[in-house]
Amino acid sequence: MTITSFTINGRAVRVNLDDETPLLWVIRDEIGLTGTKFGCGIGMCGACTVHVGGRATRSCITPIASIDGAAVTTIEGLDPAANHPVQKAWREIQVPQCGYCQSGQIMQAAAMLVDFPNPTDADIDAVMTGNLCRCMTYVRIRAAVRQAAGEMAAGVVPTAKVKA
Amino acid sequence: MGNHDGADVSMKRALAAIAVVIVAGLIAFGVLAWRSAIAPIARPDPSSFPAVLVARGEKLAAAGYCASCHTVRGGQPFAGGYAMPTQFGTIYSTNISPDVASGIGNWSEAAFKRAMREGVARDGSHLFPAFPYDHFNKLTDADIGALYAYVMTRPAVSSSEYKNTVPFPLSIRALQAGWKLLFFHPEPFKPDPARSAAWNRGAYLAEGLSHCGACHTPRNVLGAEKRSKAFAGAPIDNWIAPPLDKTNPAPVPWDQAELTAYLGTGVSRYHGTAAGPMAPVVHGLAQLPPADVDAIATYFAMLNGTAGKKVDPAPIIARALAADRNGTGLTYDPAARLYAAACASCHFNGDKANPLRPQLALNNAVNLDDPTNFIQVILHGIDAKDGAPGVVMPAFSRFSDADVARIANWLRATRTDKAPWPDVEKKASAIRAQGSERK
Repeated sequence: MTITSFTINGRAVRVNLDDETPLLWVIRDEIGLTGTKFGCGIGMCGACTVHVGGRATRSCITPIASIDGAAVTTIEGLDPAANHPVQKAWREIQVPQCGYCQSGQIMQAAAMLVDFPNPTDADIDAVMTGNLCRCMTYVRIRAAVRQAAGEMAAGVVPTAKVKA
Repeated sequence: MGNHDGADVSMKRALAAIAVVIVAGLIAFGVLAWRSAIAPIARPDPSSFPAVLVARGEKLAAAGYCASCHTVRGGQPFAGGYAMPTQFGTIYSTNISPDVASGIGNWSEAAFKRAMREGVARDGSHLFPAFPYDHFNKLTDADIGALYAYVMTRPAVSSSEYKNTVPFPLSIRALQAGWKLLFFHPEPFKPDPARSAAWNRGAYLAEGLSHCGACHTPRNVLGAEKRSKAFAGAPIDNWIAPPLDKTNPAPVPWDQAELTAYLGTGVSRYHGTAAGPMAPVVHGLAQLPPADVDAIATYFAMLNGTAGKKVDPAPIIARALAADRNGTGLTYDPAARLYAAACASCHFNGDKANPLRPQLALNNAVNLDDPTNFIQVILHGIDAKDGAPGVVMPAFSRFSDADVARIANWLRATRTDKAPWPDVEKKASAIRAQGSERK
């Protein structure tokens, strides 16, 4: 048991839990933000992706003690009005079918576009392959990432605090 | 009979002679081992130390990582109790807070200096060389004085006694005098006039205060650093302290700029992020003035042969980025698929190397002769407080040993030109059994 202090969507949080408690459990069960989903629990599907220090991170295998002092952003905090270019593209292209993987997909895509502002299809495939979609919406996921990249390149700055 | 009598007499004489030699030897050893106590003092008033001196001591204590070993995780600073597993048993660090009963509150500066220089406690008992006095003896009087001022002005913390598990007879502290006779040859730091001021400053810090060799130099069976193999790399605390000499296998040479970046920030764009026991080191060194960090880099750039040589990293990086494409796109290779699902989202770089997307082909851990560090990072991840501040690598501890080995062997084969690692699966199992050492 250790006290871990971090911020989630800008709000300071302190928890006293077993060191190895997955961040995902803390986000969902202790903090009550349920936009982040449990998929496989072993870091192999991407459904639980959040940002830690601006980097896409699988929260289901991130021990809580490892994020002491870090800044966590979940899908709820990506944009105050849910209008991050990736979220807008998601709606406009109607990406989701069942929707279970989409918060992880969106968080991964938003972080990716910071590193790859103008991604090729190969870049998108390489980075997004870790996010599974059992409804097989991959074609639309790729299209949405490209559209968001275009919007961001055109000067619509995402309001999320995504650090490079 | 007479013969027998003669034999008895000469036997008795021989035994007597042996006894005399043993007794004389014991007396000589006793004289050698005997160190007097230094009289206790009343705990100095913290306000008696000038603030400037305390502030200087604070920086030195950071760059000597005093708190790393003299504090347990989540415990009071400098109260000791940190367990150091050695081949001789577990040694616990001592309380160096100024508590009179359990710390060093009644140590005079002379007693403190003797401990730092000679490895002898105030009461005259020999300290185990888990305390790196074989490095601290190089410190100047002024630096030791500043460290004394700093620790004596910390809050006094009372602690219970920590019981080492070093077995008898090794637990006899007087025997340490023998160890010192064999291996401890203190000499104050002597600047080399043939070298630059920066090199000399770096040597002073690296060999003394920051005691780099304590981890990076292999030790002999009695736990002494092998001087002939200085900085050749060694196992430490279930990790590998990589070689700092010419044998370091990183594809992009560790030149002065990379060393400075790594030591000052915890991240080298071409080598990776500080993790494990190296994480507190970079945090400590970051407290030093930038010129000091640069000086340490100067010292090691000379040692590893990169000083004065310009190697263009561009072709090496281009090769790494090309290798990076292996495993992306459609593949039926189970190892490549594991990589694509678990690793590529963070480590794939496209057409330029981003230090926050550590390039595995260039990464130190992937290129070392031993997979230990690689397995440690896979199983336990990297904390936000380790190398790259605020960023984590999650812990892939749910991977089976077979999958850890699959990824390791595949990366070794597709990202490096080095020989395959033997027995990765067994090693993964052993490292898993040691558990996480989350700081």
